[in-house]
Amino acid sequence: MSLVVTSPEETTDRVIPWCHSAPISPTEGTVPDWYQELRKAAWTRFANLPVPVRTNEKWRFSDLQHLRFDDYSLASKLPSDLTSELINRAISERPEHFAAHFVFANGQLIHAETPALPESAVCVPLSDAFHSHPEQLREHFLKHEDFVGGDKFAALHAAATLSGTFIYLPKATVIEHPILIHHFVGGSNSMIFPHTLIVADQNSKVSVTEAFESVAENEETLVVGIADLHADHGGKIQYVALQDLSESGAKHVQLQHARAGRDAAIKIGYVNLGAEWVRNESINRMVEEGADCQVFSANLANRDQEFDQRTLQSHEAQHTTSDLYFKNALYDRSRTIFSGLIQVHPNAHYTDSYQSCRNLMGSEEAESNSLPGLEIDADQVKCSHGATSGTISDDEIFYLQSRGLPAEEARRMITLGFLNESIQRLEGDDLKAKLVERIERKFHALS
Amino acid sequence: MSESATLEALAIERDTGNFSYPEDYEHNAGVGLTEDTLKYISDIKGEAEWIREFRRRALKVFNSKPMPTHWASKDLENIVFDEIRYYLSKGQAPKQNWEDVPDDVKKTFERLGVPEKERKFLAGVEAQFDSESAYSNVKEALSKEGVIFVNSTAGLRDYPDVFRPYFGKVIPTGDNKFSALNSAVFSGGSFIYVPPGVKVKHPLQAYFRINAENFGQFERTLIIVDEGAEVTYMEGCTAPKFETATLHSAVVELVAMKDARIQYITVQNWSNNVFNLVTKRGIAHENAEIRWIDCNIGSRLTMKYPGVVMKGRKARGEVISIALANTGQHQDTGAKMIHAADETTSNIVAKSISVGTGISTYRGLVHIPKNLKGCRNNTECDALLINTNSVNNTYPAITVRGNHHATQHEASVSQVSEDQIFYMKQRGLNEGEAMSLSVNGFVNDLVREFPMEYSVELKRLIDMEMEGSVG
Repeated sequence: MSLVVTSPEETTDRVIPWCHSAPISPTEGTVPDWYQELRKAAWTRFANLPVPVRTNEKWRFSDLQHLRFDDYSLASKLPSDLTSELINRAISERPEHFAAHFVFANGQLIHAETPALPESAVCVPLSDAFHSHPEQLREHFLKHEDFVGGDKFAALHAAATLSGTFIYLPKATVIEHPILIHHFVGGSNSMIFPHTLIVADQNSKVSVTEAFESVAENEETLVVGIADLHADHGGKIQYVALQDLSESGAKHVQLQHARAGRDAAIKIGYVNLGAEWVRNESINRMVEEGADCQVFSANLANRDQEFDQRTLQSHEAQHTTSDLYFKNALYDRSRTIFSGLIQVHPNAHYTDSYQSCRNLMGSEEAESNSLPGLEIDADQVKCSHGATSGTISDDEIFYLQSRGLPAEEARRMITLGFLNESIQRLEGDDLKAKLVERIERKFHALS
Repeated sequence: MSESATLEALAIERDTGNFSYPEDYEHNAGVGLTEDTLKYISDIKGEAEWIREFRRRALKVFNSKPMPTHWASKDLENIVFDEIRYYLSKGQAPKQNWEDVPDDVKKTFERLGVPEKERKFLAGVEAQFDSESAYSNVKEALSKEGVIFVNSTAGLRDYPDVFRPYFGKVIPTGDNKFSALNSAVFSGGSFIYVPPGVKVKHPLQAYFRINAENFGQFERTLIIVDEGAEVTYMEGCTAPKFETATLHSAVVELVAMKDARIQYITVQNWSNNVFNLVTKRGIAHENAEIRWIDCNIGSRLTMKYPGVVMKGRKARGEVISIALANTGQHQDTGAKMIHAADETTSNIVAKSISVGTGISTYRGLVHIPKNLKGCRNNTECDALLINTNSVNNTYPAITVRGNHHATQHEASVSQVSEDQIFYMKQRGLNEGEAMSLSVNGFVNDLVREFPMEYSVELKRLIDMEMEGSVG
């Protein structure tokens, strides 16, 4: 009868405030009245929402010790010598061709470049968008109310000073090269709230890559980001979140929503390398016929890292498709949690959906948890999921050794190839090469 | 697709068990659950003090535990514990001879076909009519070999040395709310002990039936198979239709010692107002094997996840599960595999079929803790949806620690393909027959795992359930 091994007795967690007052910057400038109201309501919601407890299914297997944020506050402005160093760091990491490049440090925009942005496209910092494009922004801004467990984080995000970008593509606007956004966070007990809103109108196309990095190692920081993607009739969006924060001290929450309309296609990529604790929530809704969402992830975990990823593929109309392909390579005492759900709503007939999570175990103590779920309410549906955990077989190593490669190198090559399978599903050769380079760099640090 | 035709098809099958006899129980613990209820049951059974204490403690645990509705069906809230009758019995001791069984009880079992089956091939029958075993007969040959096959009362009374050390050890009282409930009010069920090296050739069988309205059935089964021994146990369940919901909450514990093998087969066909909330778990010691073969066709809500704790090196666990959820039913079934030793292997194959507005759910748990080597798990769960509003859910959870293991999980949900149906129609079958054939094909490789007489019965049941589901 019981599925939960431990008895589900209610735990009365001590209530530790994550932060004492709404994280709003005194220097943020004026914001519209409607937004003031929205924030106030969000702060009340945040205060009233319970801290996740062990019995909460949406936090099953999570180590809730990570959710102790003793009095964090909004990250403060960095000195200019440091910011120019960060700008150089960001520039050195970017692919050769790009349409726009924004760099934020502790929530402040420190660099903006738009070398190849078509005239019709809107790509502006959020703080400007309130004044320059209030109507387009307001239509989708902070409208989502459903999350897979991260409600309290979402409320905190909505109550805070945000940093980020508003991207709007009118009908048939195609941006050839990717838009790059960098977020740096630094300072003890600092929080930042990156927000990305992408709206792609009919037949438009855009690719956005967001990178999250730490200013310095060993600082207790918290990133609570939201990415919100809307693709209308025939619109195409690719969104990649590369997380390479400090392995000690940094915590990262990224909540993402995608809504695909008729014949729209959305591709999402998650690459997790850094941070002590990561929570990714990816909700993808196919709301009109022909909509397609694809989610890929490549994660390399070591030491005591915990990567906690929850996804939802929600099929809400006929003839929609989705795919999910997550790969975890685990070392040392790291833990990964993958909890995915394919939901096929009544009448969403002819759904074709796939979900797969593969774990490559690289040490005695690493732990992978997979919860691939299906909820099917319709007819003429093709749905399947798979989850595997395994290790590199001795035969594979032996084969590569016989080809002259040392065992260590063989292991590295196989693991890299394993993660690469997920990266290669994304678009943009430049971008993919950069992502692989990032993964390789972490590998070198491992051995 | 016509709903009424589906229901009609359902009604045909349900009638087999849908009959009841006037209630004239000698012992009736009344309605509701208090310490007095426990005392009443214990007094009738003449139980030892430690059992009384066990029951009292279990009641406290039951009352203190919340309903597991944070993950399970909200339908559980519709169980009214205060309206349930926890103990009913005619007060008769288990009869060893068919002729001694009271006439009306005999009539029930004759309708169920128990004696014929017994004569034909069964080694022993333990039939439970409400709380107590009404008829039980173990072939002499088995007794001579030292096999003990008794009900729970006799087991704890006559063989405490054998059963007490394991009683409540595989599934502790506090495991979940319903195992606590069972521990408080259990009666009936089978206690079996198979001595070392004894291979019981024929399956042992039990049959459970709820006859009275609002009655809860809480049987307790404990099977201990000693070193190198083997046994197959089969149970079947039915209940007539009553206006109000009925509760069945059993606890089944299996212990397989070194090199032992246990196969436990269930065909559950309760009427569709029975809450069937059962906890089943086995412990497999070194090189032992436990197989749960589980088929759920009846009940309103079934929640049952047979588990195997593989405690010894090279132990094996297997769950073969078939669930058929028709309109008004929720089959929430699955499996639980706990690997607790090196080189243990487990296999789960689950197939579920949803017809009409039926809901079938697979819930699985595979756990491989750290510091183990060479554990393997294979899970396959497939679902077939028959009508547009049929529902299937799949919620597996797989935890693997360390790099010396291999697990794989696969699930798929599909429909009977139109091409298949078209092909068969073109061969002269009507749509209903084609659908039946297709569904039987879907579960065929699992049905073959059941003993012959059960697999024939299953095929027939599935045929009937499918009749009229298309149109």
